[in-house]
Amino acid sequence: MLAFLVQRISQAFLVMFVISVIAFAIQDGLGDPLQEMVGMSVSEEEREAIREELGLNDPMVVQYLRFAGNALQGDLGNSYFYSKPTLEVIAEHLPATLELVIGASLIIVFLSVPIGVYAAIRPQAWLSKFFMGVSTVGISIPVFLTAIVLIQLFSIGVTVNWFPSDTGWGQWLNDFFSTEGGLPSYGRGDELTHLFGTWESGFFTGTGLMHLVLPSVSLASIMLPLFIRLIRAEMMEVLQSDYVRYARAKGLSAGRINFLHALKNTMLPVITVGGVQIGIMVAYTILTETVFQWPGVGLMFLEAITRSDIPLIVAYLMVVGLIFVVTNTLVDLIYGLVNPTVKLTGKKA
Amino acid sequence: MTTATVSRWDRFRESFFWYSFKRDKVAIVSFSVLLLMVLAAVFAPLLAPADPYDLALINIMNSELPPVGLSGADPAFPLGTDAQGRDLLSTILYGTRVSLMIGFGAVVLQAFLGILFGLLAGYLGGKVDAVLMRIADVQLSFSTLMVAIIVGAVFKASFGNLMFGEIAIYMLIFIIGVAEWPQIARTVRASVLAEKKKEYVDAAKVMGFGTRRIMFRHILPNTLSPIFVIATVQIANAIISEAALSFLGLGMPETQPSLGSLIKSGFDYIQSGSWWITLIPGLVLVVLVLVINLLGDWLRDVMNPRLYKG
Repeated sequence: MLAFLVQRISQAFLVMFVISVIAFAIQDGLGDPLQEMVGMSVSEEEREAIREELGLNDPMVVQYLRFAGNALQGDLGNSYFYSKPTLEVIAEHLPATLELVIGASLIIVFLSVPIGVYAAIRPQAWLSKFFMGVSTVGISIPVFLTAIVLIQLFSIGVTVNWFPSDTGWGQWLNDFFSTEGGLPSYGRGDELTHLFGTWESGFFTGTGLMHLVLPSVSLASIMLPLFIRLIRAEMMEVLQSDYVRYARAKGLSAGRINFLHALKNTMLPVITVGGVQIGIMVAYTILTETVFQWPGVGLMFLEAITRSDIPLIVAYLMVVGLIFVVTNTLVDLIYGLVNPTVKLTGKKA
Repeated sequence: MTTATVSRWDRFRESFFWYSFKRDKVAIVSFSVLLLMVLAAVFAPLLAPADPYDLALINIMNSELPPVGLSGADPAFPLGTDAQGRDLLSTILYGTRVSLMIGFGAVVLQAFLGILFGLLAGYLGGKVDAVLMRIADVQLSFSTLMVAIIVGAVFKASFGNLMFGEIAIYMLIFIIGVAEWPQIARTVRASVLAEKKKEYVDAAKVMGFGTRRIMFRHILPNTLSPIFVIATVQIANAIISEAALSFLGLGMPETQPSLGSLIKSGFDYIQSGSWWITLIPGLVLVVLVLVINLLGDWLRDVMNPRLYKG
């Protein structure tokens, strides 16, 4: 176990090192801090002097070490656009993204577990087949398209007049296929509760929650089919195992077997895969936040790209890299703890 | 020469592959739809009523016309027009062409990288294997889309908007190909590990063939069927990634739109009620990706390799 721990943690450090080298290379290759600092009129000699003073003429290794040293002390430079430390800018935008991810995760957990379990227990039922069909289609729909369709349906609203409206049933059918709209599709609303530090929460006001609905549903829609399929597959495998058959032979009730005994062992792989997927959600938050103009880190990153705000891009890379590495390492460690038979990768058995 | 092709055709007609295709309605429908879309995309210059790249033909007065069937439609534009007055049907045909081109190109690149690295890792083992698979793991844990977004962002920042727009097709093929190679490399490596233990490899070694010859002439042909399956699914993934990048503004420019950039340019007008500019290309994209995914599922069932499905 100790060897496993040491190996995983040292690997995490190695990955973080590689990320920092890439980030440094981007900063070095793209950003010319001099151009941001001085105007056109400054002579070449003066430029050279500033360059020397900033240490831009030092060897690469020295420059990297300085970059890494500053990063370890929480200093990733100042954003060109916000003229503030980049980490401060990210800290301001992070709560919005976290709340979006929390909202989406809640939807995923509360929908995927019942649906997946149901589809595993009754694989032949038409409802199961319907859910599996929907999830196949769902995987093929990009997240931004789901978001756009949701906006059209529930924010703008759709009025249908396919049926003759002079008859009662025609009007009823028209109303049935029409949608109200009215749900907010832009930003987080203006009633946010201040929690602590830079955390402004939308969870405690009506408008805040309303603003969360469409973005979280969109973000959840990309992961939901994956989780339903995973839970169904795992659960079906568990239901085939000997101990479930034994429990049946003992005469335990179906509910007790399914939900107490089988579900417990289903959730183990689901939780580990889920941990990794939450990290992957970061990429999808960029898309979701763009559609809904959600003021989180994803939108901030995209704006930083259009503004060529190199320090902010680099800081985002480092922070996101850190989040990925920490979640992946934790998930691996937890999995190693719960399931001691896990093999060390890269070692001969 | 002729006899050889005839017998091959006969062999194909009696194969399990053709047999199961004939019996699977979903596969037949998906394949027909895909074939139709590919043909429409290939012959877009002949089929499209207008040339969306020709600025002289565009009339801004025709902008935001709805599709036929809605009030205010012009029969000259069956699917309506976009915000610049381009015929939506023509832009969609050309856009599908661009999306498919990037999808195929990216998969060819990732298949090349994936097969090469997968073979090396699986056959040579040891340090080569450890290093290559560690890189693949790290890249996969970051999600291919994230890697593509970051590489795209860096390219865009270093080339500048104009330059990036001109070479966007090649950039996107490169970005998506490099971001997704681990998927194929892992599959290839897994099959190579299984193949390597078989007797024919031992026989080839005894006969004194070189490592390169054994890898490419003996093992590679036996790993092709899982590669084929995963490559199909990867085309769908590449098309989605391209659409996502274009939607973020890191992909095709509006002057030479793909399906993704059509959706993006239409999204700005959805609040004004012109839903067709964004939703019709969106529907085309979903259908395209869906039929490719369904075909991939069917292929996997037929060939039934033990696949890593990410």
